[in-house]
Amino acid sequence: MDYFATVATLIVIQAIAACGLNVIVGYAGQISLGHAAFFGIGAYASAMLTTKAGLTFWQALPAALLITMLLGFLLGLPSLRVREDFLAITTIGINFIVEAVFIYTPFFGGALGIGGIPRVVVMGGRLGNNQFLALCLVFLVLSLALCRQFARAWAGLACFAVREDETAASSMGISPVRAKLSAFVLGTGMAGLAGTLYAHYARFISAGDFGFPVSISIMSMVVLGGMGTLFGPLLGAMIIGILPEIFRPLIDYRMFIYSVLLLLMIRFQPGGLLGDSSLVVGLLKSLKKLVKPKNIANPREIGGDGDV
Amino acid sequence: MLLDVSGLSIAYKGLEALHGVSLHIEEGELVSVIGANGAGKTTLLQSLIGWQQPSGGIVSFNGRDITGERSHIRARLGIRIVPEKARVFTRLTVHENLMMGAYGMSGRREKMAVRDSLRRLYSLFPVLERRSGQLASTLSGGEQQQLSIARACISAPKLLLVDEVSMGLMPILVDQVFELLAQLNREEGLTILLVEQNALASLKISHRAYVLETGDIVLEGEADRMLNDERIREAYLGI
Repeated sequence: MDYFATVATLIVIQAIAACGLNVIVGYAGQISLGHAAFFGIGAYASAMLTTKAGLTFWQALPAALLITMLLGFLLGLPSLRVREDFLAITTIGINFIVEAVFIYTPFFGGALGIGGIPRVVVMGGRLGNNQFLALCLVFLVLSLALCRQFARAWAGLACFAVREDETAASSMGISPVRAKLSAFVLGTGMAGLAGTLYAHYARFISAGDFGFPVSISIMSMVVLGGMGTLFGPLLGAMIIGILPEIFRPLIDYRMFIYSVLLLLMIRFQPGGLLGDSSLVVGLLKSLKKLVKPKNIANPREIGGDGDV
Repeated sequence: MLLDVSGLSIAYKGLEALHGVSLHIEEGELVSVIGANGAGKTTLLQSLIGWQQPSGGIVSFNGRDITGERSHIRARLGIRIVPEKARVFTRLTVHENLMMGAYGMSGRREKMAVRDSLRRLYSLFPVLERRSGQLASTLSGGEQQQLSIARACISAPKLLLVDEVSMGLMPILVDQVFELLAQLNREEGLTILLVEQNALASLKISHRAYVLETGDIVLEGEADRMLNDERIREAYLGI
């Protein structure tokens, strides 16, 4: 089952990163094409802290998260003042710069990368592949819970409003800059978490693991699954993670298949597989109606006190 | 004086849209600014909520200079706007839209207040209650306008700015919406600044009015007197 564990772990790690990107792109509506940079920052931070400073995984994890979120905040501050196409280009730029820093700074191991990253130790025992997969799943569940909580809190609602109409949102007491930054910091934090897990899973990392194509691949997961939905990024990560395994012989055409898939989605299902007016959700709903024909559209409590 | 605007000028790329406009609003008043298309009415309101930065003049609210404040700060001070074309959040539900109007309200007392005003607004706008779980994009133009008013009122603002609320509404709805604004002013003591092309309807419910013509205030006074003024009748009421 090692093969299964290897593929599954990678999918779970990427799903965590995709959840983070979903907070930025789906919730707050800010296009980021440089998410892999923060994935990389988390991985490098943890790798450096464990190999050079001798910390354990558990000590390095919070530090790596803080470093990623701090850098996310600092890079987000200027980036989020530009909009749409310019934001996309700025974030691509961030990705290339961060990658270049990793490649050209000897401190970060240069082109050789960093090796010898220790395994995760829990209660004196090193985690095997399946146990590490379980650990990653725990973090994925935590990330999803965090996303759900965020979407229900004021900060999340502020992000939705800014996504819909930034100007109108500002006249409701929402600071657009603050809303976008909160999404960016949370999203990059989750990328940092994914990066940390990746470093201790691969145990050897180099700058190439966090290049622009990785950003595109994470973005594809979010778009495919459904931007702004809770489980969309997870579904997207599963599909994009499993497809290359099924179509091994077509590995050379991978990028081509991704692009075609992405274009088809944007053209026919812009909301993603789990998004608004999605074929899959529509199909499930009509199946449900067949099973329970008397089901009336959800009666909502007057004043719905949950959100106040 | 709740709102005091003096010498407000606004320029777009060197072209001045407002040339030193001065006006004031007392607490509890319903004041309208009437004028033709392009007179600068919307520009005036947008500068009051902070979407436009003035090139000159001073705006003070409740005795505080807010000329340079950004709009979210103004909103927190109690200025809310019902913007032109409603601008509801179309991909959020009606209920969520209303909650956005109450953004940042926390603590027991505030939450209670929000719940109370939600109940009151739902009784004023029964259609919103019926559709509270629907996406705002599924509402008709008139319903969106009602949602926009309710969203602006839920936080119990001190000053409500209303921009061309009659535009795109059926005549029967126009009367309803104006009656509603008058009611909010009369019964809740809400101070309202109304900007309108529909001069007759807005003068009927206003205490005072200003006439804006290509960026200048050319006339001001009691709304009743304006309704009988020959020049106004000819130029704006078409009677």
